Amino acid sequence: MIAYLTRRILFAGVLLLAVSLFTFLVFALLPTDPAALTCGKVCTPERIEANRTRLGYDQPLLTQYGKFLKGIVGGRTYGEGQGEFTCGAPSLGYSFSQKDCVTSLIARTLPVTGSIAIGGFVLWMIFGIGLGMVSALKRGRWPDRLISIVSVVGLSFPTFFLALLLLFIFVIWSQFLPFPSYVSPTEDFFGWCQALLLPWLTITIISSPYYIRLTRFGMLETMNEDYVRLGIAKGLKRWTVLRKYVLRSALIPIVTVAGLDFGATLGGAVFTESIFSLPGMGRLSIKAVSDSDLPVLVGTTLVAATFIVLFNLLTDIFYGFVDPRVRIHK
Amino acid sequence: MSELVLQVKDLKVSFSTVDGVVQAVNGISFDVRKGQTLGIVGESGSGKSVTASAIMGLINRNSADMSGSILLGGLDVLTAQEREIRALRGREAAMVFQDPMSALNPYYTVGKQIAEAYEVHHPNSSKKERQLVALDMLAKVGLPKPSECIDEYPHQFSGGMRQRIVIAIALVNNPRLLIADEPTTALDVTVQAQILELMMSLQQEFGSAIILITHDLGVVAEVADEVMVMYAGQTMESSKVQTLFDAPSHPYTRGLLGSVRSLDNSERGALHTIAGNPPSMISLPGGCPFHPRCEFAASMNGLCSSVQPTLRVLPTTGSESACHLNDDQLLSLGRGVIHD
Repeated sequence: MIAYLTRRILFAGVLLLAVSLFTFLVFALLPTDPAALTCGKVCTPERIEANRTRLGYDQPLLTQYGKFLKGIVGGRTYGEGQGEFTCGAPSLGYSFSQKDCVTSLIARTLPVTGSIAIGGFVLWMIFGIGLGMVSALKRGRWPDRLISIVSVVGLSFPTFFLALLLLFIFVIWSQFLPFPSYVSPTEDFFGWCQALLLPWLTITIISSPYYIRLTRFGMLETMNEDYVRLGIAKGLKRWTVLRKYVLRSALIPIVTVAGLDFGATLGGAVFTESIFSLPGMGRLSIKAVSDSDLPVLVGTTLVAATFIVLFNLLTDIFYGFVDPRVRIHK
Repeated sequence: MSELVLQVKDLKVSFSTVDGVVQAVNGISFDVRKGQTLGIVGESGSGKSVTASAIMGLINRNSADMSGSILLGGLDVLTAQEREIRALRGREAAMVFQDPMSALNPYYTVGKQIAEAYEVHHPNSSKKERQLVALDMLAKVGLPKPSECIDEYPHQFSGGMRQRIVIAIALVNNPRLLIADEPTTALDVTVQAQILELMMSLQQEFGSAIILITHDLGVVAEVADEVMVMYAGQTMESSKVQTLFDAPSHPYTRGLLGSVRSLDNSERGALHTIAGNPPSMISLPGGCPFHPRCEFAASMNGLCSSVQPTLRVLPTTGSESACHLNDDQLLSLGRGVIHD
């Protein structure tokens, strides 16, 4: 088990390094000139060139990448003289258009995205697995049909349309909820739930149909397994068979997908954040794209990728715990 | 005669599918007595496994049409409540499946799986007690080092070992009837003999009756007392095992026996086969289901294709046969069959 963990963690580290290099190179090779973005509206070619040298954009790409990595580890100072800015470790760069360190920008937006992701994730897993179970147990009968119709409808809504629809119903028409905003859960937990309920619902409606399908399929497939029949033939109660024999194996692949999905959602729920005007990482990335704010783009991409790699690692470890066949023995 | 363990009367099972109604079992009747081993023989799709599932109450009543009766432990499995059937499973009847590779839950240690089966009928037993029972069962089915095996997972065992574990699970509550659905089909030939031997010795020890479902006549010859030959969900012939091999009293049985290669059959050449294929279970041929493949049907003036023969006892051998041929003709079937 220790060897398995070490291997996994090492692999994740190597993967992250590769991701950082790739991200850095992709954005460095874009036709946008990073030096041109560093001086405001009044810009002369001379100033651009001066900035280029000052900020090191004239150096070879790999040297720049080395500096970038060093910044992540030990912090970094951008520019010199009056225009000097220091960002503490881990520094992912400096945004000239927002006049702030990328790390602090991300640190500010991450709680918002995290809140949206966690609440949405919990809800979509509950609905996805719950309704999937009902569907499998009532296969072919009306609850199954109803759930499958509802989930196809849910699945086919574009996020922005669904979000607007929910806004209209719950905020404008029935005035049941306030317009979504971000409240820190440590200050006002109930307010946090209330303010984020609509984004959560949006994510739930979009994501759970997939999980309903996965759960239903996984359960039906497992139910045909010999060992499930043996469980019944032992005289076990229906619920015991369901819990220890069917769900246990049907849920394992779902957890894998869920880990990746959660990691991806943490990287920013772009549409949801934009429509509900929530200052999350998704919106930060979108803004960075429209402003050609390369440092922020590199930073958010890298953070999003890190989440995916991290949760992939966690699901791998989880696998080792729940499936004895994955474990490496002595 | 010893005590009746199971009585199946006129059992019919059919499933509705998109293609039509599949008549898996078409009115079979048989008894199983204490300590007896009944072999049920037939080709794939002859309804053997469906019969086994029906006895265990494993067929979903919503998806199948069932009639007749299955009397087990004082209950009719076909009409009893799920709760009542649950009390029968494991104690009145237990099952060994065909493929040991997939019959064990991969996520639990084998010790837990045996203990769990014991707990069903001994809900007040302590964990310690169940552990001891599991150890004891593992030793009984001949696993080396039971104290180590008990904490291992199914994937750490070979097929033969897994089948032993499945047998341990089946016998842990000392069931009156053990249904073994092709228990050796998925195993290596050398392991097959070991498993059969194990089942027979445990039968001696536990006194269970056994229903052995197989398509392997060799297995039947080795372990069964009585044999029932099934074809298209019906009983073709039912007799004592020695009688079946000495004097088969149905053309289908004769065909089956003829298609086994035996050691003293020194003739080289093609193995005898029964011409044609088993019928579609959705549209069974009229009359005797075997008539399209039967070499005698042509000489019976269309009787075989119009009238379904019923089982009758042949006075000389005591076998039951469902065939329109007369007694003498049936008796003469045995001649010319090569067997040991």
